[in-house]
Amino acid sequence: MGCICGHDSESREKYLAPLKSILKKYEREERYLIPILQEAQGQYGYLPKDVLKEIASYLDLSLSQIYGVVTFYAQFHLKPKGRNVIRVCTGTACHVRGGAEVLKAIENELKIKSGGTTDDLEFTLETVACIGACGLAPVIMVNDDTHGRLTPDKVPAILQNYRAREKAAV
Amino acid sequence: MAILKLTLRFNKRGILVKGSVPIMSKVTLTIDGQKVQVDADKTILEAAQEIGIKIPTLCYHPDLSLHGSCRVCVVENLANNRLLASCVTPVMEGMEISTLSARARRARRRNVELLLANHPNDCLGCDRNGSCELQEITHEMSIRREDVERFAGETRDLPVDETGPSLKRDPNKCILCGRCVRVCEEIQGVSALQFSSRGFDSIVTTAFDLPQSEVNCANCGQCAAVCPVGAITEVSEIDRVWRVIEDPEKYVVVQTAPSIQATIGEEFGFEPGTVVTGKLVAALKKLGFDKVFSTEFSADLTIMEEGNEFIKRIKGHKNLPHITSCCPGWIKFAEHNYPDLLNHLSTAKSPQQMFSAITKTYYAEKAGIDPANIYTVAVMPCTAKKFEKEREEHRDSGYQDTDAVLTTRELARMIKEVGLDFANLEDEHYDEIMGSLTGAATIFGTTGGVTEAALRTVKEVLTGEPLERLELGYMGIKEAEVEIGDRKYNIAVVSGLANAAKLLDEVRAGSSKYDWIEVMACPHGCVGGGGQPLPATKEKKDKRAMGLASIDKSNTIRKSHENLDIIRLYEEFLGEPLSGESHHLLHTTYRKRDKN
Ligand code: SF4
Ligand code: SF4
Ligand code: SF4
Ligand code: FES
Repeated sequence: MGCICGHDSESREKYLAPLKSILKKYEREERYLIPILQEAQGQYGYLPKDVLKEIASYLDLSLSQIYGVVTFYAQFHLKPKGRNVIRVCTGTACHVRGGAEVLKAIENELKIKSGGTTDDLEFTLETVACIGACGLAPVIMVNDDTHGRLTPDKVPAILQNYRAREKAAV
Repeated sequence: MAILKLTLRFNKRGILVKGSVPIMSKVTLTIDGQKVQVDADKTILEAAQEIGIKIPTLCYHPDLSLHGSCRVCVVENLANNRLLASCVTPVMEGMEISTLSARARRARRRNVELLLANHPNDCLGCDRNGSCELQEITHEMSIRREDVERFAGETRDLPVDETGPSLKRDPNKCILCGRCVRVCEEIQGVSALQFSSRGFDSIVTTAFDLPQSEVNCANCGQCAAVCPVGAITEVSEIDRVWRVIEDPEKYVVVQTAPSIQATIGEEFGFEPGTVVTGKLVAALKKLGFDKVFSTEFSADLTIMEEGNEFIKRIKGHKNLPHITSCCPGWIKFAEHNYPDLLNHLSTAKSPQQMFSAITKTYYAEKAGIDPANIYTVAVMPCTAKKFEKEREEHRDSGYQDTDAVLTTRELARMIKEVGLDFANLEDEHYDEIMGSLTGAATIFGTTGGVTEAALRTVKEVLTGEPLERLELGYMGIKEAEVEIGDRKYNIAVVSGLANAAKLLDEVRAGSSKYDWIEVMACPHGCVGGGGQPLPATKEKKDKRAMGLASIDKSNTIRKSHENLDIIRLYEEFLGEPLSGESHHLLHTTYRKRDKN
């Protein structure tokens, strides 16, 4: 039952204080669940378990009901986002030129699924409908960099580059 | 899907008529050429059932709200050739429905085949082999392996939650019918289980996929009782019990809960509610148990302790309403949701736990057996009792008081395994010392039973007058006013945890008028327990309850305080009810648990 931030009750209270001021704005009604989740995610960057527990008791819902809603919508995250966000284009042009294989290669390389984040918090993997760089298909973006004309075998080196950069910076 | 559930929660049937219109308007429709007139709030499925037309179903359950997700029940509307899910479609005047058309038949078959395409199809390794609704439909539709293999889709490989001690969950077998989600939310008000994620990844799970033993689950097993397949089952203790039976060092003592005698017969072809006490005892002896006792003995003991506790509370105006404690599902629910009201709970242990504590002390001494070699098995209608026996609070005999708990279904499996011809067994009697029954204890197995049994004793102790029959009924929330001496007491009897929560909210708010509240987690009480034979519906549970009540009527001594074995136990061993020794062995404590 420990707090995710790993702190004692005093710092736990401090940790949850911003959430409490969010909750104060809403009546204790189920229909406010989604807006509360959105604001809480805006505040914390993701939806930590302790935050969800607090929301559950505020709205008198069971934690599993909230978990069900959070996992239903792609917009909600249960883990913090990775330092690098990879966006794989799944638009038509990318699709016909092998975008799906590229996505698979990234998934295999990082051992996560689309929507997931690696345990070391290096990468978050997302798919997007179209990046608007169809001429370069298949294409991915890592943070603000565009990588085009990809093949699955180029994936490991590109990812390694971002890993290395992170390490070097630390 | 999940959010939809949340917003539709209070919209029971999607149809708003029941109860509000004094005379229900009627609708006439035709099903397979047969005319049928039904109330306007019925569904096509219900109309078909009325004229004996069988339509297969999976996500539908008669005691729960409608879901309409599996589409195994589709029929054809002949007016426009559209396929309709019959379990959710209301009847309409003049409708012409075919359940037999090629379109309908093919669609139903296809929908079952698709379910099987990503199902493990591991019938041999499944606890529900033989009682699985998916297996039965597959069989009835003559679906073969080739039919399924042409869809050969991805199958899931998700971790199985076997951490127990009550329930095992195998999400790979889940067909997403949502029955468990609905029973847990609508009947139990717990919502430990919920749909999560979407599409192919969609599963029914707990918050953060935690083991069921680490969330707010009450362990009542109602989810297992409504699951059509083997995705939620009890944690089996059969192997453990065989092992001790085979061990010559072990003295294996079994107790059977009051309700078992009126339910286990169903596993062997008897009508629901048939009382088969003698055959149950005979079967247990044949399986090799050293002593066969009835939990009714300690149910009488519970009544003595709890009845006297109640008397003490009303005399001292303390901790009222008094709330019963014999149901471990209810106890865990209270610990999660009403930690501030735990002082209202009786401290009396459940009959199962009293029985085992007495077995490893009093009985061991009487029989001259080292309690270390005694192995106590309880046959229970209940999955929560598996959890209860593991609680640290229950080691008062110096050992773990109860060693193993078998559900009614597990015992039936053991009997079938050795091939006993249950229906034709010669009746036998329970063993002595702890084998005499009063009938007061028998009705422990239905809701209202504990209350009636306890009040019989309370009233006689206080006034010397007998109590008239209360006939409290079996369902929902029941109340009664009982006159004892010159005061009237308000009594409530409730089953289903969502119903219990309503009464407990009143207690919390200080507006409860009751002096005594009996709570059973399972609708109908233990006859509807999570470990009882499957499938179970309201109708069957009613019959079981009537079966139990008939034993109470036919028994000559019907008061716990007149049970001679009980009188002897107090004289020789315990002293008085609520005395020091009774307190040590027969009472317990509770703990606060997180709401989520
Ligand atoms: S055992 Fe009872 S409380 Fe627990 S998940 Fe099943 S239905 Fe819900
Ligand atoms: S676990 Fe059983 S009852 Fe629950 S959704 Fe799956 S198949 Fe249905
Ligand atoms: S009502 Fe009976 S079967 Fe159900 S949880 Fe309680 S004790 Fe167990
Ligand atoms: S039984 Fe009708 S849709 Fe499932």
